[in-house]
Amino acid sequence: MRLLVLAAGLLTALVSQAEVAYVSNEKSDTLTLIDVDKLEVIDTLEVGMRPRGIIFSQDYKYLYICASESDAVQVMDLATHKVIHNLPSGEDPEQFALHPNNRHLYIANEDSAVVTVVDTVDRTVIAQIDVGIEPEGMAVSPDGKWVINTSETTNMLHWIDASTHELVDNTLVDQRPRHVEFSKSGEKVWASAEIGGTVDVIDTASRELIKKITFKIPGVHRDKIQPVGIKLTDDGKYAFVALGPANHVAVIDASTYEVLDYLLVGRRVWQLAFAKEQSLLFTTNGVSGDVSVIDVEDLKVIKTIKAGRYPWGVVVKP
Amino acid sequence: MPAVANAKALNIDVIYVQQSSNQAAQPLLLKKTPGNLTIAGAELAIKDSNTTGRFLKHQYSLSGVTGDNSEEIVAALKQRLNGQPAILLTDLPTTTLKVVADLALANSSVIINAGEADNNLRVSQCRGGLLHTLASRAMLTDAMAQFFMARRWREWFVISGESDADKAYAESINRSAKRFGAKITEQKTWSFDTDLRRSAQREVPLFTQGEDYDVVLVADESDLFGNYIPNNTWLPRPVSGTHGLTPTTWHWALEQWGATQLQNRFYEQFGREMLDKDYAGWLAVRSISEAVTRTQSNDPKALYSYLMSNDFELAAFKGRKLSFRPWNGQLRQPIPLVHPKGLTSLSPQEGYLHPSTDLDTLGFDKPESRCDMAY
Repeated sequence: MRLLVLAAGLLTALVSQAEVAYVSNEKSDTLTLIDVDKLEVIDTLEVGMRPRGIIFSQDYKYLYICASESDAVQVMDLATHKVIHNLPSGEDPEQFALHPNNRHLYIANEDSAVVTVVDTVDRTVIAQIDVGIEPEGMAVSPDGKWVINTSETTNMLHWIDASTHELVDNTLVDQRPRHVEFSKSGEKVWASAEIGGTVDVIDTASRELIKKITFKIPGVHRDKIQPVGIKLTDDGKYAFVALGPANHVAVIDASTYEVLDYLLVGRRVWQLAFAKEQSLLFTTNGVSGDVSVIDVEDLKVIKTIKAGRYPWGVVVKP
Repeated sequence: MPAVANAKALNIDVIYVQQSSNQAAQPLLLKKTPGNLTIAGAELAIKDSNTTGRFLKHQYSLSGVTGDNSEEIVAALKQRLNGQPAILLTDLPTTTLKVVADLALANSSVIINAGEADNNLRVSQCRGGLLHTLASRAMLTDAMAQFFMARRWREWFVISGESDADKAYAESINRSAKRFGAKITEQKTWSFDTDLRRSAQREVPLFTQGEDYDVVLVADESDLFGNYIPNNTWLPRPVSGTHGLTPTTWHWALEQWGATQLQNRFYEQFGREMLDKDYAGWLAVRSISEAVTRTQSNDPKALYSYLMSNDFELAAFKGRKLSFRPWNGQLRQPIPLVHPKGLTSLSPQEGYLHPSTDLDTLGFDKPESRCDMAY
């Protein structure tokens, strides 16, 4: 038995390396790489100016980086950690989402009120879609049918048909919508309104509001509760919402929409990412310049890791 | 362009009322006041609102009524309104604003003042239907006073010009001193009629001799002498007020909370920096369009009720939601403290608490206001 365990352990060690969290640092123009087992920084990589949104290709060969002030989406080869080329991105790319076809990248161009669709293989712009003022949050439904963009000053979710690249509907939400996240099944959409201080849960089929979630933290003024990043566990149990300058992450029961707890993290918490099969949650804390690590089972913050200046986005490579 | 389900087509016309003499004077002729101050912000907000409006079938437009004096303006406006309710955005001195309000509020119009900081309009001359997006002088001097108290600059030397506006600013400084517990060691009026440009280094040190002070406060809204006070004071002290470290509704150096995007849009459209009254003009139109979006109405009375309700909230690049004070129609907002090339601080300062919102520690709070807001 012991031999078997040892052998299994050896095998795991051989086939898988440790997971790595990639954190974009908006004001130091770098990525911080964190070893998820050791919870230690293992590398810092220089990238374009003002890196914000980051995502992996589905095969984890590439990392796409919105280098906002370089007006480019950079493509990093994860084997070498070199930026191999830029994609045409439109002006000031901030956030983006990758279609399940692993090919079409939907980019929110904050300064020019459009969503740019880029073919990552041909490296060409295949469509630009007019949306509201200051497009920000982007998500693609798991079935690849819907693309949703949020516009921060128009205060809407814009529903784009992924097959035609036409804008087909708009949903009004509270002030300054920042982030949208589909549930695993794609049946629901969670959208945060930063200045409104709310999270809307919307039914994808009818595009009707199911529930408006509000937050209340003792000792924190309601104006400081500013929801941004959202992550949902695949088992449908929890939703986590980063509350910005309230310095807490809200834990929500994803079926009853009841707020279960508020976890104290670093200052101005913005984006979130799961690691280790969703047993850990990483948060980027802009003002304190660090990353908090939450144990998802115990709902406790277990570690704080120093990152660069103004960590913005985070993704984890398994 | 597909619209939101059940959207009703609406036209929203905002009438911009400006008295040319309300544009800041330019006595020294070098620093020009942009000819489109205030209206530029309104124009940008019309454009922003139409971007949103196309998803809702809402079409916004801006048209102007201007004149050199109140008679001209009232005559033109009377013709324009023809007894109908309207949405007005004003950049008018108090005297003209009062007659415009008498005329327009009689027909259930809504007026948003984006050009006059007069405290009286927030304390005794406020009225139902009249809103203010430009910060009052009291909000500005309170913002400055909180910063001084946080820095422990408790003893103030005040220099005021002779104009009514300067006296009003100095009065506001006195009110803030009392409110936050500062001591005014000396208050002097600048009455020199000479051009200081060649003699400041000789005159100002002598003028600012006196009992020790922590900071010199200047009240010179028309730029007659204030520019020559910093670095020329008898004691080496910071200068603040209308010059030096200045509290203002808006400044081009603000970049947090997405403000960069607004600054970029403004610069792209007008080729200059966004100034305080431009921002107040932008706020006025954005408040209206937010109310139109949420109520699906273009009726001025309905819009006013919504703007004054607890439901109204506006994201406006200052890091938190803004709303109107029901007791005087003033938009609550954080106040930046700036120097010509950057941001020093943002008030309210930490530790200034208030039962409902710390934003109400700036300017006139409910008990201080003596207005009848019936509408």
